Amino acid sequence: MTAPRTLFDKVWDAHVVHRFPEGPALLYVDLHLVHEVTSPQAFEGLRQAGRRVRRPERTVATVDHNVPTGDRSLPLDDPIAAKQLDALALNARAFGVELFDLASPRQGIVHVIGPELGLTQPGMVVVCGDSHTSTHGAFGAFALGIGTSEVEHVLATQCLVMSKPRTMEARFAGRRGPGVTAKDLILALIGRIGTAGAAGHVLEYTGEAIGALSMEERMTVCNMSIEAGARAGMIAPDETTFAYLEGRPRAPGHRDWGRAVLAWRQLPSDPGAAYDRRVDLDAAAVAPQVTWGTSPGMVTDITGYVPNPADFPTADERRAVERALAYMALTPGTPLEGLPIERVFVGSCTNARIEDLRAAAQVARGRRVAAGVRAMVVPGSQQVKAQGEREGLDRIFRAAGFEWRNAGCSLCLGMNADVLRRGERCASTSNRNFEGRQGAGGRTHLMSPAMAAAAAVAGRLVDVREWS
Amino acid sequence: MTLTPFVRHTGKCAALPRADVDTDQIVPKQFLKRVERTGFGPALFYDWRFRPDGSENPDFELNRPEAAGATILLAGANFGCGSSREHAVWALAEYGFRAIVAPSFADIFSANCCQNGLVAVRLPAAEIAELVRRCRGGGGGGEGGGGAYRLTVDLEQQRVDDGAGFSTKFSMEPYRREMLLRGLDEIGRTLLEEPRIAEFELSLRPSPPPR
Repeated sequence: MTAPRTLFDKVWDAHVVHRFPEGPALLYVDLHLVHEVTSPQAFEGLRQAGRRVRRPERTVATVDHNVPTGDRSLPLDDPIAAKQLDALALNARAFGVELFDLASPRQGIVHVIGPELGLTQPGMVVVCGDSHTSTHGAFGAFALGIGTSEVEHVLATQCLVMSKPRTMEARFAGRRGPGVTAKDLILALIGRIGTAGAAGHVLEYTGEAIGALSMEERMTVCNMSIEAGARAGMIAPDETTFAYLEGRPRAPGHRDWGRAVLAWRQLPSDPGAAYDRRVDLDAAAVAPQVTWGTSPGMVTDITGYVPNPADFPTADERRAVERALAYMALTPGTPLEGLPIERVFVGSCTNARIEDLRAAAQVARGRRVAAGVRAMVVPGSQQVKAQGEREGLDRIFRAAGFEWRNAGCSLCLGMNADVLRRGERCASTSNRNFEGRQGAGGRTHLMSPAMAAAAAVAGRLVDVREWS
Repeated sequence: MTLTPFVRHTGKCAALPRADVDTDQIVPKQFLKRVERTGFGPALFYDWRFRPDGSENPDFELNRPEAAGATILLAGANFGCGSSREHAVWALAEYGFRAIVAPSFADIFSANCCQNGLVAVRLPAAEIAELVRRCRGGGGGGEGGGGAYRLTVDLEQQRVDDGAGFSTKFSMEPYRREMLLRGLDEIGRTLLEEPRIAEFELSLRPSPPPR
């Protein structure tokens, strides 16, 4: 009898093409997602070496990182960004890769459109030159971000060379309370284990609170695995997964569906499978989370306070907290609830799917964005945008004073014109509160879509649980 | 791409002992629009090196006179976390760094280092603290001397040595060490296994996602 294996072990084992004598494996890649920022140098490398894309049919490209989210009928006013978009169009054509460009109704953030199209499927190895590729692990895929040299390697060989990471189980027992979202679960985990807490590991999220999540919520959890330092995050596929996938344009069709589901049902970790590490969280004890610092691990309950550097155990941590508070212009002991904000961003590969927009719209409905606050809603894809418009979400947001924009990464990383001005404080549904992430000198507080929408209306951070 | 092999390197150190230095700090996003692998050196730590008015920030560690010409960076834990942008490694290399010495590195960043001949050396935090102390004390022995603190990173012997009493071993995955020592082109190496890849592809089902 074979030893019990984890979900990750099964996906890994099924993709090992070869083991190099020095240790690492040559791992086959089922799906390679490509975007404009991390691919031009990789295609150029292929060109210089006279290589082709080995499996164009397993490679899908879109534009998301530096695209404008305003009027798409106008030419780009940033010539360098335009050059990068042109380069991807040229490369896609030259190497036979399918591209969802700015004119496509399927364009969107790469981690939103992959699942939306049904490209992402259980048991796959998925890579992309973007750290938030971990999102796709929500389907029980091993999905990881890679650098541009590795992008070139995958384009040329359809394989990746890597040593097998260790495994870590993050078990969320119990049920989350009202007003507590998937975003709060993952932020609470990162706060607990730290931003390098899962380094070298693949996280598998398990437990009652995880099984109860929708696919979109699972994507939010897996998306931020990288913020815990993990190589990837995974959730076992189940009926929720299959129901989400069935009928999607690139999912297995009617004829192959039964066979596909049968194979996917074999993927969940076997009883007694061993993880290298385990961490337990009580979902019922998690409150809505808000970051106060410049790293996603600098997070606490919305009912909490800005911490005092003196309360941290090591000199390194004290220095880091002092730096963070200076950057964020926060004083120890200040309650997070009530902190005034000037900007709100509902968007990003973490929280810009339809359920996220619905949650924000529910809070915004019939209310007004506070005076002096600029609030933006940036759907994760043009499909999400169209769906939102069918449901009337755009009218709710616009009536409340939110901007309703086109799909892209936008203010999550501020590569386009959507940036914070120096000193602006932003309630954001994105994934990184690093210094300058949303614009040089900008101050980011990460939170859930409902919390961000409530902050927009109140003009300050509020506890969405006391909001109805 | 063929890389310059890294066997051993002796050079001047600069210390940046902050934890969780993310790749957004190493290369801010406004510099990611280039379609080349070059031209990122000037962008390195841009928002830390320069003030909002564009003038140099004299307080930033790499702007201190003693850090000029440094080729080895002493860094804090979880260096290179966050975004997968390889631009961060291109910027560090173009600025002149040959090796980064830190208690730990983010996974994607250390893979990117290896692809570009930049050596990521992992040492225990206490040893890094000692190196930072020596670096800040200036001088030290080693060749060159003259107020600069110099280290030798010997990848062949897997040893870091300052020629003045600090000497320690480090470990590295054998595959990565081999790649760096020989300046190997990973794609070329993988393509030697092409028959295995082709054979694996024959066994695949279901077929690729339909168009």
